[in-house]
Amino acid sequence: MLSLSNLAVARGGVTVLRGLTLSVVPGQALILRGPNGSGKTTLLRTLAGLQPPAEGSFDLAPDSVAYAAHADGLKSTLSVTENLSFWSQIYGGPAIDHALTALNLTQLTRRRAGELSAGQKRRLGLARLLVTGRPVWLLDEPTVSLDVASVALFADIVRAHLAKGGLAVIATHVDLGLPEAVVLDLDPYRAKVIQSTGFDEAFA
Amino acid sequence: MKALLLRDLRLAFRSGGGFGLGLAFFFLLSVLVPLGVGPEGSTLARIAPGILWVGALLACLLSLDRIFALDHEDGSLDLLATAPIPLEAVVAIKALAHWIVTGLPLTLIAPGLAIFLNLPPAGYPWLVLSLLLGTPALSIIGAFGAALTVGLRRGGLLLSLLVLPLYVPTLIFGGEVVRRGAENMALATPLALLAAISLGAAALLPFAAASAIRVNLR
Repeated sequence: MLSLSNLAVARGGVTVLRGLTLSVVPGQALILRGPNGSGKTTLLRTLAGLQPPAEGSFDLAPDSVAYAAHADGLKSTLSVTENLSFWSQIYGGPAIDHALTALNLTQLTRRRAGELSAGQKRRLGLARLLVTGRPVWLLDEPTVSLDVASVALFADIVRAHLAKGGLAVIATHVDLGLPEAVVLDLDPYRAKVIQSTGFDEAFA
Repeated sequence: MKALLLRDLRLAFRSGGGFGLGLAFFFLLSVLVPLGVGPEGSTLARIAPGILWVGALLACLLSLDRIFALDHEDGSLDLLATAPIPLEAVVAIKALAHWIVTGLPLTLIAPGLAIFLNLPPAGYPWLVLSLLLGTPALSIIGAFGAALTVGLRRGGLLLSLLVLPLYVPTLIFGGEVVRRGAENMALATPLALLAAISLGAAALLPFAAASAIRVNLR
């Protein structure tokens, strides 16, 4: 269960979104839409606990979150297996075979991450979500550089995650084919008055 | 946590990992100083403790910016910050990995390089011991500096300027241990202070560094 109450988020001291009040129940996906710069990434980073909210609050345990950013966090000199088993060990060591199969990476296990194509890297980055075992997925443009088949594959994975009682907040521009998902257009929540929170931000 | 340590060590030893850079620098410095200063044994013996310690310190400094910068660039740091291990532990582990990759090898080759500098025989055990006790402080203080500059592109210059003053006490007491050891003088005080700096840094700086990273990730 994720609930936001009058949440405002700021990027570089400037409030970008304010007045967000909503709740998402387990099994539900929330799709964030909005033009570039509307604060999708900032909202996700705030929910992931990487930055404090500018105003308001949200209710989400930091240890229930798996965050997937623009960057996949892959080490180019490590192999696919090494990259993924590292994250699996960090999250307590579930087996990685399931994640490799789910994202169609079994053929590439011995390949170095630096030698993968952009789409393959993305798939490896998304496979990390499966080994975290965490119920809340915060996904920032997860389908960038994925082909149509992989987008469908990924939509299936998200659907399976939701069916198990998981929850996902996804910022995306493409249609993932999740008709049951709640779509939130961020445009009405954009902060109209640009407000600086001053430089005390670093010491907040 | 073991996984993080193993990953960092593996990355350091893979191609482009930067292992050996500090060692090569330390080697070059120890070979070039006698050529520059001249062959007179007594002069070299007198400056050897200081040169060896300065060399080890600068060699450590070379690889500091890699501690967090690479993880920040590829996004791993964001993911580690949301992972179940505390950021303080991430800092401590990464400092340990840095020490294993630079400080420990520097300590091990220092006696060999001390021959070039004509270090008096009595100084050898103290050289190894002082580096063993002092280089952990260099890695931990360096990790703190790297955490402060983690968001900056090409933050290496700022990092050096931030970290060098913090390195001064370690350098003074480290050099002093070797000098006194080489001259068979009492050295318990500088040795104890050197160990105290390392222990104090290990106890306090991971927390400071983790806070700095949290601010830099915002």
